[in-house]
Amino acid sequence: MFDNLKIMWHQGKQFIPDVTTAKVPGIFRGRPLITKAKVDEAMLVGLCPVKAISSNPVSIDLGKCTFCGECAIQFPDKISFTTDYKLSSNERERLIIKEGDEASIIVNPDTIRKEIHRLFGGSLKLRQVSAGGDNSCEWELNSSNNVQFDVSRFGVDFVASPRHADGIVITGPITENMAESVERCYNAVPNPKVIILVGTDAISGGIFADSPALNRDFLSKHSVDLYVPGNPAHPLTFINGVLSLLRKTKI
Amino acid sequence: MQHISINNNQSIALSEIPELIYSEFMKGNLELLSGKPERHCVNYFGYKTSDSIKLICCIADDVVHQIFVSSAIVDAVSILPSFTSQNHNFEKFEREIHENFGIPYSDHPWLKPLRYPYDRFDKSQVIGNYPFYKVESEELHEVGVGPIHAGIIEPGHFRFICNGEQIMHLEIQFGYQHRGIENLFLQKKKLLERTTLAENIAGDTAVGHSTAFVNLWESLCGYTPDPSLDFARTVALELERMANHTGDLSGVCADIAYQLGNSVYGRLRTPIINFLQEWGGNRLGKGLIRAGKINFPFTQALADRLTEVFKAYEPDFNEITEKLFKLPSALSRMEKTGVVTYEEVLEIGTVGMAARMSGLNRDIRASHPSNLYGSILHKPVIKHHGDVYSRVQIRKEEIRQSIGYLKQLIASVPEFKKSEEFTATPLSDKFVISLVEGWRGEICHCAITDHSGNLVIYKIKDPSYHNWMALAQAVRNNDISDFPICNKSFSLSYSGQDL
Repeated sequence: MFDNLKIMWHQGKQFIPDVTTAKVPGIFRGRPLITKAKVDEAMLVGLCPVKAISSNPVSIDLGKCTFCGECAIQFPDKISFTTDYKLSSNERERLIIKEGDEASIIVNPDTIRKEIHRLFGGSLKLRQVSAGGDNSCEWELNSSNNVQFDVSRFGVDFVASPRHADGIVITGPITENMAESVERCYNAVPNPKVIILVGTDAISGGIFADSPALNRDFLSKHSVDLYVPGNPAHPLTFINGVLSLLRKTKI
Repeated sequence: MQHISINNNQSIALSEIPELIYSEFMKGNLELLSGKPERHCVNYFGYKTSDSIKLICCIADDVVHQIFVSSAIVDAVSILPSFTSQNHNFEKFEREIHENFGIPYSDHPWLKPLRYPYDRFDKSQVIGNYPFYKVESEELHEVGVGPIHAGIIEPGHFRFICNGEQIMHLEIQFGYQHRGIENLFLQKKKLLERTTLAENIAGDTAVGHSTAFVNLWESLCGYTPDPSLDFARTVALELERMANHTGDLSGVCADIAYQLGNSVYGRLRTPIINFLQEWGGNRLGKGLIRAGKINFPFTQALADRLTEVFKAYEPDFNEITEKLFKLPSALSRMEKTGVVTYEEVLEIGTVGMAARMSGLNRDIRASHPSNLYGSILHKPVIKHHGDVYSRVQIRKEEIRQSIGYLKQLIASVPEFKKSEEFTATPLSDKFVISLVEGWRGEICHCAITDHSGNLVIYKIKDPSYHNWMALAQAVRNNDISDFPICNKSFSLSYSGQDL
């Protein structure tokens, strides 16, 4: 008993008091900045392993980016990654960062479905489905609920059954072999329900995008409420994205 | 027996591998393993040549630190006797060969689909229709779990046959995670694409698999890396081991409802992965390991920072560990739960922790060292009971061992050269095998090039490939309520198995 109290005391304060302003340590690769510097654009575009970079004007699609940072290493005058982890959006095109863009990526409050705030603003229960995920985004989603990030303090929880859930969180590029299970899980969630895609693999297929082993029909049939980029997505990227989606003003 | 003996990461001309007739090939490889626990098959695979299939078998010997490689050419039509009927080490390998090429085996005891790859030989085999083992009995019942599990975890299907609460049999079905990675290695020609693929084989082992890949690639290109690169890879591998072991201890505590241990180990994982981020910008070490270069050199400032991290980590780790390993309610859940004996792990051919838990000394860091492990003189942590407790003890001791190695390594940080683009290309008609001890165990990558230096085949074996069978064996005669703790104590990869 006293041992336990002592251990608890020794942990000190672990939780992050304000997840919207917390700083991440070190050289985290978050929202990129692209300058107007002139570079060999063909070479820059060809460098990217996942075709996330387009030219004229140069842009990076964070829904495809694996955040390997190679472009910033080879073209330091053109591209740099900031530590801004707020990368989530409800609109796919907002993940595309163009030359000269310096604004934050936001979840557009005007286009969020109206019922999301009304029904889930106080509590959102999610069923996570890994569909070819490599266990990196899965680890980070688990971390979202450790004692440091503690997402459940905002009423956001992961539940075991889709029937207890308000929506599903998909990780991984959605393999052919998981396609039916994803659909069945989604169908088991009562209406109205949300879909959140976490990680580059889920949003675009990532490095697996052109693999014949995938079946991404699910995404053409249903509309996605939130995209959470990253490889893997950082817990703070996920938490801030979900909080914006729920339009929680007070946290 | 004809074979060629090679070292880990040694590339040889493909023509140097003796080509035998199948019966000799089979007899020779079985003889190599017979009565020799220090030897095991690290990879056995086939690939299509113009009009036939070439089989390549690699047997590692941990005492002489060599790998014996031999080959045979077969067609896909003739019925062959299986290795498996005489040695169960080959069970998965032959299932895979059968699944890919349709080779019919006359006496394979368990010739079932392995991962339902999109290019499988028999397309009529579909994932929803796996032929599970069945027992007709009024007393027994079946419990099906998955592919989607209760937590945030990868998919797979577990089918239990139970007598009341007691598990009689468990069969695990895979394939849900199949992304076609091995073929993507051939289709994607750019080095950075292939490195990214390697990092995404199993995201919790990004460092392990990318190290196996770059070691192989450099050897294939005839390139000798600077010692500073080996230093960085060794440091990253040990950090990955520490982070995952700490996370698993948290998971085991969760599964025995020890909330304090779950929270403390869970939060202790954070400073380790955050250090990986401080070093390379990614908490799981993606983007860090590159062939012939490193984008994020390990500096003295990082060494000082890591020393600080350990200073904070160690007292808290020691305190909770001392508590956990003295807590009767925790010990009673771990001791004698999920036992796999020495004979069983030897028969299955497990690797890594799933071998060392039962007295089988298998650790690539000691037996086939790559990178700086040759100079560390690693002593594997061996336990003998094969239960959850042994697996948890291994993690506890390996974390301390890793801290020791890391302190020793960062005491003299080498000078990193300025990174230059890696421009070397693979040599033609080569075979190379790369073994790395990841945190779960032995990772094996093999590659073969054609006469213009293009990849003909890229084979990946995650330690989970064999170790899943040990989990299925471990839960027999245990209560089904102990399945979660057994599963967590193995902590195996679905994506690494399905590729």
